[in-house]
Amino acid sequence: MTDTSDIPLLAIKDLTVEFKTRSGVVEALHEVGFEVHKREMVGVVGESGSGKSVTAYTVMGILDRAGRATGGSANFGGFEMIGARERDLRELRGREASMIFQSPRTALNPIRKVGAQIEDVLLQHTQVHHRDVKQKAIDLLAQVRILRPEQRYHAYPYELSGGMCQRVMIAIALACEPALLIADEPTTGLDVTTQKATMDIVRDLTSARNMAAILITHDLGLAARYCQRIVVMQSGEVVESAPTDVLFSDPQHPYTKKLIQATPRPDSRLEDLSDVAKDDERVSAATASTELEVEGEAPPLLEVRGLVKEYPLHETAERRRVMDRILRPNLTPSPSVFRAVDAIDFVVGSGESVGLVGESGCGKSTTSSMVTRLLDPTEGTILFDGEDIGAIPARKFARHPLRAAIQMVFQDPTESLNPRFSAFDAIAEPLRRLGAPMDRTSLAHTIEELATMVGLPTELLTRFPHQLSGGQKARVGIARAIALRPKLLILDEPTSALDVSVQAVVLLLLDRLRRELGMTYIFVSHDLNVVRLLCDRVIVMNEGRIVETGKASELLTNPKEDYTRALVEAIPHFGQSEGMPTLEGSVA
Amino acid sequence: MNRFAMIGQRMTQAIPSIIGIIIVTFLLTRALPGDPAVYFAGPAADEQSIAEVRAALGLDKSLPEQFWLYLGDLVRGDLGVSISTGRPVIEELATRLPASLELTLVALIFAIGTALPLGILAATRPNTWIDHLCRVVVTAGVSLPVFFTGLFFVYIFYYIADLAPSPLGRIDIYFIAPDHVTGFFLIDSLIAGDFETFRAAFAQIILPAVSMGVFVLAPLARMTRASMLQALGSDYIRTAQASGLSRSKVLFAYAFRNALLPILTTLGMVFSFMLGANVLVEKVFAWPGIGSYAVNALIVSDFAAVQGFVLSMAILFVVINLAIDVLYTIVDPRIGMEG
Repeated sequence: MTDTSDIPLLAIKDLTVEFKTRSGVVEALHEVGFEVHKREMVGVVGESGSGKSVTAYTVMGILDRAGRATGGSANFGGFEMIGARERDLRELRGREASMIFQSPRTALNPIRKVGAQIEDVLLQHTQVHHRDVKQKAIDLLAQVRILRPEQRYHAYPYELSGGMCQRVMIAIALACEPALLIADEPTTGLDVTTQKATMDIVRDLTSARNMAAILITHDLGLAARYCQRIVVMQSGEVVESAPTDVLFSDPQHPYTKKLIQATPRPDSRLEDLSDVAKDDERVSAATASTELEVEGEAPPLLEVRGLVKEYPLHETAERRRVMDRILRPNLTPSPSVFRAVDAIDFVVGSGESVGLVGESGCGKSTTSSMVTRLLDPTEGTILFDGEDIGAIPARKFARHPLRAAIQMVFQDPTESLNPRFSAFDAIAEPLRRLGAPMDRTSLAHTIEELATMVGLPTELLTRFPHQLSGGQKARVGIARAIALRPKLLILDEPTSALDVSVQAVVLLLLDRLRRELGMTYIFVSHDLNVVRLLCDRVIVMNEGRIVETGKASELLTNPKEDYTRALVEAIPHFGQSEGMPTLEGSVA
Repeated sequence: MNRFAMIGQRMTQAIPSIIGIIIVTFLLTRALPGDPAVYFAGPAADEQSIAEVRAALGLDKSLPEQFWLYLGDLVRGDLGVSISTGRPVIEELATRLPASLELTLVALIFAIGTALPLGILAATRPNTWIDHLCRVVVTAGVSLPVFFTGLFFVYIFYYIADLAPSPLGRIDIYFIAPDHVTGFFLIDSLIAGDFETFRAAFAQIILPAVSMGVFVLAPLARMTRASMLQALGSDYIRTAQASGLSRSKVLFAYAFRNALLPILTTLGMVFSFMLGANVLVEKVFAWPGIGSYAVNALIVSDFAAVQGFVLSMAILFVVINLAIDVLYTIVDPRIGMEG
């Protein structure tokens, strides 16, 4: 399929970009170079800060004011993009080369109808006559497989789901039939099934139009599934570039090996990650592999029975329902409430690690909020250590003695830390509020102990969140959660905001802490591969109900329910058949 | 809920505020220091004549009774008679309110016309001379009091340069006010087709309007710059740029429409503020507006006039806020749709 004999469509050579910051000039890209040929999809992978997006923005000429290309070239079909006049670039953008972005909801103008936004591009590049532009926009919506395109034409972005918005973005990008599409993390934040649907559309439409595409992603699995060639970037440089199968079967650069190693796969075990974390997390493969044999026979720590959470539907829907009842008494009334969680039962044994899995809107976060007692259930009981904590209002639970026994690690390590609290204060907060009274020195001692336990260097304790890296912030969040030695720790997507190599380290840390402190975990996640690494048992939820429950290893390799199977199959991964690369002490 | 229902609902929400305003203005004017009866009876009055005046004004009745009578008068459009001028309050308001409104609106148009382009330019070219100019104008605008700029302009343009007519009232004494249609001289003169009068009225209004406008220009320009900067930094602007949309399209259809929401809010606040700040400008330019009328009435405890003034201003506030809210729902389709 890939035609490498002819001249490349896009040739980036020695591209160097500098950013002016308050602390001086920073080199964001250093002599980056790769080529993209017609009819091929090239993956650009790397962790945050590797410069993959900066490369794309520089080529497209939409870099921030602070950034400047200081050297190199980007030849696009004979046209030099670097240093080209803004007027020429504007002509080119959208017509010859276009982009789709991360977080499609914010990438669309929130107060403009999606149809109008597609038309803007068509009219700008005078692709169609005014008379036909609406029909063309509707056709495009149909091409990106949006149902009822005539109606959706009039929709505003907030009326569409994230996946739908990304399809609209694709329609905008492909409206003028460009030769190159750059997709910058197009599916980050979308559910796996939505991700698959979106990427399939991108692949099908680009290949149907003989287009070239660049897929920028942090997800090696995604790049492996869709790209013919992969470029690996690290801190502003290209470290390796190879055809996909070669890259995974025979990675050359240590960083590539590390990335591959750190990415959870359906067959990887926790100890596979430990090599990545060698320096950070001193967990030998031996300790990691000793499985705790806790299953059904463990005494239940948490028992959830008939748990329901209902939210009232929109006011007008309520009004309509009342009118219906008056005008058409024979009609069965439509429900006035939305059931986010619909009568679920489950048991978590003491010392067990249970994964709660499902797509957004399935009720997993609502369930975990109710178990954490941050949200009041509409019905049902939550028995914790034999006590019905569901009956205690969430408002009052903050002062309840059991508050210390149930703690939570939140999704976004940055957002969940008070920016005005130092790491020390963040960890001290629960101890001061709920712990036994202690004097200043013993508090300081306890906090240093906690920091050591989570692998946070104690000299970082005086720092504020913005002075810490993502992984360090995650450690602070974990230290805070375990400060009171809870029996039950609820982890709400604790690693989804982290780079894969950091994720590997944090997963190992969590696993070690569970063993050392004898905690019980409920691990809420959409990432089945991650869940499988950390959990003994998995609960799959969909539309507020439990679809399937079972041992992690069995359920994910051999799902019984169609929904679970669809979930498992949608996860992009690599190298199931090929022998995995070995790491011979070469990890940086 | 569709947008019209939203707007309708918002309008019904204004009714309780108006009821509240009526009650509060009534009580407030009764709580004013000074006895209107004593003032009205004159310096030579004795106990008996004061009591007679009090009975004539209805001030000897109980508060609920007075309120009931007041409500009845309101329904008939009767705001009472001004003690100091002897004319019905409603008549005075009818001639003076348009004068103030005309001044305020012209000032507002001037402020918007200057502040928005300035703010937009500053936002698109941060840290250039236009940005600095914007900052200087903003600082000057807020730090110079209205009466100072007013007097300053009079000194420069009337006394020194002799460009402006004498700062006395709405129209030069050689002209006759146009026939009363809207009460706005600029509009009425145009309706009458009398361009000479229009020019005279315009020359008269320009200095007071500008001195008032300079003051409110500052918050508007600031807000425009800030919200434009925010809008220009959003993801959808990046999308628009990556799609190769023209500069004007990106700037106005994408950035400005989104930046408009906080600007509208500021506009509402600024407008309300201007109605209150009128007094100073009216005093400086001898503008026969509602502000100077209210101050005079307040000094002599002319409670009917004060009551009428407060009531009309409060209703104006409610109407402005209503208009801003309605504009909001027109600009932003998301309002009232979510949740």
